[in-house]
Amino acid sequence: MIENRPWLTFLSHAIVLLGIVVVAFPVYITFVASTHDQVTLLQAPIPMLPGDHMVENYRQVLFEGVGAASAGAPPVLLMMFNSLIMAVVIAVGKIAISIIAAYAIVYFRFPLRMTFFWMIFITLMLPVEVRILPTYEVVANLGMLNSYAGLTIPLIASATATFLFRQFFLTVPDELTEAARIDGAGPLRFFWDVLLPLSRTSIAALFVIQFIYGWNQYLWPLLITTDESYYTVVMAISRMMNVVDAAASWNLVMTCTLLAMIPPVIVVVLMQHWFVKGLVETEK
Amino acid sequence: MEKRVVFKGKLLPYLLVAPQIAVTLIFFIWPAAQALKQSVFIEGAFGGNAQFVWLDNFIELFSDPGYLHSARVTVVFSAAVTFFGLAIALLLAVMADRVIRGATVYKTLLIWPYAVAPAVAGVLWGFLFNPTVGNLAYILNKLGYDWNYFVNGGQALVLVIIAACWSQISYNFIFFLAGLQSIPRSLIEAAAIDGAGPGRRFWTIVFPLLSPTTFFLLVVNVVHAFFQTFGIIHAVTQGGPANATEILVFKVYNDGFRGLDLGGSAAQSVVLMIIVIALTVLQFRFIERRVHY
Repeated sequence: MIENRPWLTFLSHAIVLLGIVVVAFPVYITFVASTHDQVTLLQAPIPMLPGDHMVENYRQVLFEGVGAASAGAPPVLLMMFNSLIMAVVIAVGKIAISIIAAYAIVYFRFPLRMTFFWMIFITLMLPVEVRILPTYEVVANLGMLNSYAGLTIPLIASATATFLFRQFFLTVPDELTEAARIDGAGPLRFFWDVLLPLSRTSIAALFVIQFIYGWNQYLWPLLITTDESYYTVVMAISRMMNVVDAAASWNLVMTCTLLAMIPPVIVVVLMQHWFVKGLVETEK
Repeated sequence: MEKRVVFKGKLLPYLLVAPQIAVTLIFFIWPAAQALKQSVFIEGAFGGNAQFVWLDNFIELFSDPGYLHSARVTVVFSAAVTFFGLAIALLLAVMADRVIRGATVYKTLLIWPYAVAPAVAGVLWGFLFNPTVGNLAYILNKLGYDWNYFVNGGQALVLVIIAACWSQISYNFIFFLAGLQSIPRSLIEAAAIDGAGPGRRFWTIVFPLLSPTTFFLLVVNVVHAFFQTFGIIHAVTQGGPANATEILVFKVYNDGFRGLDLGGSAAQSVVLMIIVIALTVLQFRFIERRVHY
């Protein structure tokens, strides 16, 4: 603190607290809605305090699905399992293929090296949203609709991760490589025993970011899954949202909504330190 | 920058880049090329017999009032999301940077919305503003304001802007806070000794020094508003009412998958790709420059 201005300090606290309350408010209301029965939520105003139907709402949603309003969606537990597979496979896959690609580009000299580098770079520029139709056709032609492979593999290329690892490898001192070579380590041994342990922090940070990216995918699963046993929880919610007014089971829809956000929020909060560090470093 | 010490290997480097390159080629470059190709063809009436039409699809696109309307909606939407998202996050970051006690807790309590999917954010706010059951909609109606985003296009746009801002604030907050913490304390102390108050210190020292972060976030937020908000639109308004919230990414999806207009959708994809590439180049040129500070 530069100088003592009690009023300004008070104001700072007040504004930050107000910000926190505003940011958390919709989630609180969602939680409240998920603890009431259907009748209570039929018309405004819905209560501001939690009700006593929490256990039965969560049990029904997790194991039986939302019923009439679900538009054929399976139990949320299954959809959360699909989301988990998608998030983990995408995160691990991205990290794995990016770290070896970055290793080749930094530690070897070979023809087409820069071509490959730019090719990977281009993927950064083309979000799925802008080329959905042709990408969908490719995946359909490969017979990957309604499969875990189709959900994950097309999203697994990552320019961001490749860049992060490249930047990091460039800061690893050459002396380490020389020492390893003198000790008789080949390229694979050096990668496995020296580079990989050094990259632990970057890997942890990327895992958090990519886990969230994978869990929160929306358009992609929406397009390529028609078989409900491959639905992911985030995409299924909007299906429910769009039929909810007919069936009016807001309590169950909001229960699903809350369940859909719990896993990624837990990951971010628990790995906050790495996540923030990784986020700020990846983008710079 | 290049490494001095490298390994020898003929086959190994190719094996190492192969997975990444394979995925890139099959799922990125090939579809992008397809979109380019389809954007200059028109499909025969019963499929097959695609006919080369030069830039007709683009001409048609830019003379289509629906597309121009969608472009305008996108500009208003992106400008509002970017401006409010940045302004609110900056305010919170400056205030959080000032407090000493409780700073860590505040930070944790502000970053978690990053983990919430845009579509889920849309559902959260859509519920609050739902004309039949939403609490905020109820309050608005009690105050005599006729709120119903299912029929009022302007209100629907406001709703998706609020949801998009909400889902982007924590990202901006993290970067602003990191930027603020990297400003040397000595500069601010020197200004304080010279008699500059907090407001003046902010506008003459902190804000200019923060400009690299601000510019970076500006580009990221525009990209976010253009592309990653698809989930919000799709979950909350489906582009409606009467196309009032139909942003460009949503139109590509709608025309391609519902309208089955291949050429038109491909032309829209190409336009969007050009926008993304322009934004990315802008961002990278700027980063290059910043390195030489």
